[in-house]
Amino acid sequence: MFTSMTFASILPEILILTIGLLVLIFEPFWKEDQKRNAGWLTAGGLLIAMLLSMLFGRPGEPTEVLGGMIRFDWFGFFLKMLFMFAAAATALLLMDHEQVGKRGEAYVMLLAALIGMNLMASSADLVMLYLSIETASIPMYILAGFLVGDERSTEAGFKYFLYGTLASTVMLYGFSLVFGFSGSTNLYEIASALTAGSISPLLAFGVVSLIVVGLGFKVSIVPFHFWAPDVYQGAPTPVAGYLSTASKAAGFAVILRLFFIAFPEFTSTWTMILAVLAAISMTVGNLLALPQTNIKRLLAYSSISHAGYALIGAVAFSQFGAASVVFYMAAYIATNLLAFGLVMAFSRITGLEEVTDYAGLSRRNPLMGLMMLAAFLSLAGMPPFGGFVAKVFVFAAGVQANYTWLVIVGIINSIIGVYYYLNVLKYVYLYRLPGEDEENHPIPLTQSYTIALVVLVIGVILLGTVFGPFFNWSDAGALNLF
Amino acid sequence: MNFPILSVITFLPFVAGVLILLMPANRKNEIRAVALAAAVMDLLLTGWVYAQYLVNDLQGYQFIEKYTWLSIPPINIDLHFGVDGMSAPLVLLTGVVMFTGVLISWGNDDPHVMAGIQDRPREFFAFLFLLAGGVLGVFVSLDLFMLFFFYEIAVFPMYLLIAIWGWVKTREYAAMKLTLYLFVGSVVALVGVLAMYWTQYQNTGILSFNMLEMENAGFSTAFQNLWFLPVFLGFAVLGGIWPFHNWSPDGHVAAPTAVSMFHAGVLMKLGAFAALRVGVMLLPEGAHTWSWLIMTFAGVAVVYGAFIAFVQTDMKYMIGFSSVSHMGLVVLGISTLNETGILGAGVQMVSHGIMTALFFAVTGMIYDRAHTRMIPELGGIAKVMPFATIGFIIGGLVSMGMPGFSGFVAEFPIFMGVWREQWLVAVIASISIVITAAYIMMNIRKVFFSPMPEKLEGHISDVTVLDKVAITTLSLLMIVIGMFPAVIVPMVETGVKYIMNLLGGA
Repeated sequence: MFTSMTFASILPEILILTIGLLVLIFEPFWKEDQKRNAGWLTAGGLLIAMLLSMLFGRPGEPTEVLGGMIRFDWFGFFLKMLFMFAAAATALLLMDHEQVGKRGEAYVMLLAALIGMNLMASSADLVMLYLSIETASIPMYILAGFLVGDERSTEAGFKYFLYGTLASTVMLYGFSLVFGFSGSTNLYEIASALTAGSISPLLAFGVVSLIVVGLGFKVSIVPFHFWAPDVYQGAPTPVAGYLSTASKAAGFAVILRLFFIAFPEFTSTWTMILAVLAAISMTVGNLLALPQTNIKRLLAYSSISHAGYALIGAVAFSQFGAASVVFYMAAYIATNLLAFGLVMAFSRITGLEEVTDYAGLSRRNPLMGLMMLAAFLSLAGMPPFGGFVAKVFVFAAGVQANYTWLVIVGIINSIIGVYYYLNVLKYVYLYRLPGEDEENHPIPLTQSYTIALVVLVIGVILLGTVFGPFFNWSDAGALNLF
Repeated sequence: MNFPILSVITFLPFVAGVLILLMPANRKNEIRAVALAAAVMDLLLTGWVYAQYLVNDLQGYQFIEKYTWLSIPPINIDLHFGVDGMSAPLVLLTGVVMFTGVLISWGNDDPHVMAGIQDRPREFFAFLFLLAGGVLGVFVSLDLFMLFFFYEIAVFPMYLLIAIWGWVKTREYAAMKLTLYLFVGSVVALVGVLAMYWTQYQNTGILSFNMLEMENAGFSTAFQNLWFLPVFLGFAVLGGIWPFHNWSPDGHVAAPTAVSMFHAGVLMKLGAFAALRVGVMLLPEGAHTWSWLIMTFAGVAVVYGAFIAFVQTDMKYMIGFSSVSHMGLVVLGISTLNETGILGAGVQMVSHGIMTALFFAVTGMIYDRAHTRMIPELGGIAKVMPFATIGFIIGGLVSMGMPGFSGFVAEFPIFMGVWREQWLVAVIASISIVITAAYIMMNIRKVFFSPMPEKLEGHISDVTVLDKVAITTLSLLMIVIGMFPAVIVPMVETGVKYIMNLLGGA
């Protein structure tokens, strides 16, 4: 029963758990000023875990392990590597956070959420799926409210918790209906049990809608987005970055696997729902981003609209569409983590988070200015950054699937996006501090920030230029969904 | 495998840009030296490509390079470069503008003359080179995805270049307006490009962005009629086509000198070129269907641009609107869809590129010294800046289409071509020649030869040696083309023949 294959399939999770335990063991023995080393341990450990997984945990032919709970395939594997990369970068960004960086629990929570996300990407069973979603969510509730003395953070944690539990309850109701109709919790068996005639379209619509509530919450699409701006603003910035990237990508992993595998007979139902939600998300997200003055809220609304763009690829319901979603997530993880990392690095020194506070940044720290440029242009979908290629691919998938109207909505929205992203860059590059004495107000980067941000910038540029290998992996993953 | 000259030409500016960014910000002179070295190298390489094409009397696409970039069905993207008679001159033009642009932006430490770029030259040159690399990439790409990729790269540095180093009064507004206009145009074209990609697959089973294959994709007439306008107009926005020209003069006025030169000199050509290459060449039947509309737009642009330029008092606005008018001639030439007209359009792109670059260079030099560009406030420049004056006059003569200068070589075939299709348009458009002559001559008289206003007396010094090199380069090119049309016309003709084959087959 417990073969080497089983072991390989959950090797990343085993290693992550080991890192978490190591952090828990060592942290109490460290002196106060050494405690931030937990970040090095987490990030370094995750890198080693990624290497080991790539060496020993590579999937072959897709197989179901652990009694059909886990699907061991490239789709899950590539996404797991993305999540682990995101977590490693987040750990580096957490290290120098004044209140969070020296608390070992934060890293353990991060790793616990990571395990949940990894399992989300590879679950092949509704029960496992639900458990993994909860495993990913609960540590994030805690992390969002980690700054106990801070009202906003407490509000963020509590709000996220309330919305999250409500959404997952509704989703669970949907799952139980699926089980009721199909008699199985395994996604692949559900697919064969739920043939076109077995339930009425209206019922299918209802069931899918219930599930979409839970997943829509995870990926923060309209109308399940209300938590996002408040939580991003209140949570510690690296946590917000992690929430908006890895957590969202894990949600997309579930959307792809669940809908593509379990409901191929009801494609018209769920693609219709997702297409409408994609259009609304893009539009509402972008329009509400326009008046934002707080950069974290701006990024929150932008992340809502990005979930909309990525959904276009899912709506296309093709291998290329799925691959484009996975690629979009890769590009988005690198880009948005970079953006949040920069916000963190900036507010750590200045304590400020308004867009107007970024005036003169390109003179206070030219390197950070250039990184802002890369991050925001990539978000806007400009080459040579990852965001451009990702957007072209999801749009191409949309046009291929004859969703030209949705692509046109997406294109109109990316024009709106260009406006407010460039607006931020205007402050960074054009405006100056009131005294025009930027050289007296430098913004130094610590070692861990420099490493994390430079790696992320390189990632953003690689995804936008040498995108071949990344798209190849995305495509290999997408192949497993058919 | 031959020397991959087109890749080197295209990627050299990117490499140079990154190198410059890595240099310490306070080593301004070293930064400028690296920029100049890269520009000279690229100029020599583009010149070599041009010379090869000319001397060996080549035809069709040459210097072809093809590397697979991404080959994962259903997406196939190649790094596929090549130049034909249409694009080789434009590649050289970019090299020339890059070279002169760097010279003009050199900057000096004289506090009275705010010439060139004093503030953060490192970032300036890096962004300028990104822009140049994007432009070159569009001219040489034979892969539609890559063309689009480089096209977008050419758009966004403009925002930064104008917003950071531009004219304080209008730069924010102008930069944002320009970026949004261009972005709207390009994404509209993108939908068309994607539709073409999948339709080609349905028709032929080929999954490729290769434009040479797409020419035979057998797009149905209905498809072509539907998508021609979005694609053509989407790209032509960057060519300043009326009624989407509004961003262009504002952008010119707000941009620093070298960026104005780039903008008018090559960026607007980028729009016309991409509209021709993607719109007309891949959707020829659509072009036949809609040529009347394009011709109307272009005809309006030619006349309207000239009239608006006539009433401007700001020199940069004047040149900006004259660019709209002259680029209107380019689009007018394309819209004829006959050999003569497109030939004229091809030559006009080069001629106008050099001419406006020169105009903006001289205007920039005057502004740096007089601190005003308002025509009524200027005068007597000829006495203190004789070299710049000669340059401006030569540019003026080209602009008016005087025989013996490149403008004539370009405009004459355009009007011939238009006459063959629709004589009325030719007659109306020719009004612009008169108007152009009027505003150019009035401008020369007032700015250069009227008595100098008192407050400018003693404040204006002559141009620097580097400026003189730039002016000479640009002026000579226009005279050479005018005197010896054989250096360019036969080459463009080979490109036109290829286009005519596609159009004739419709």
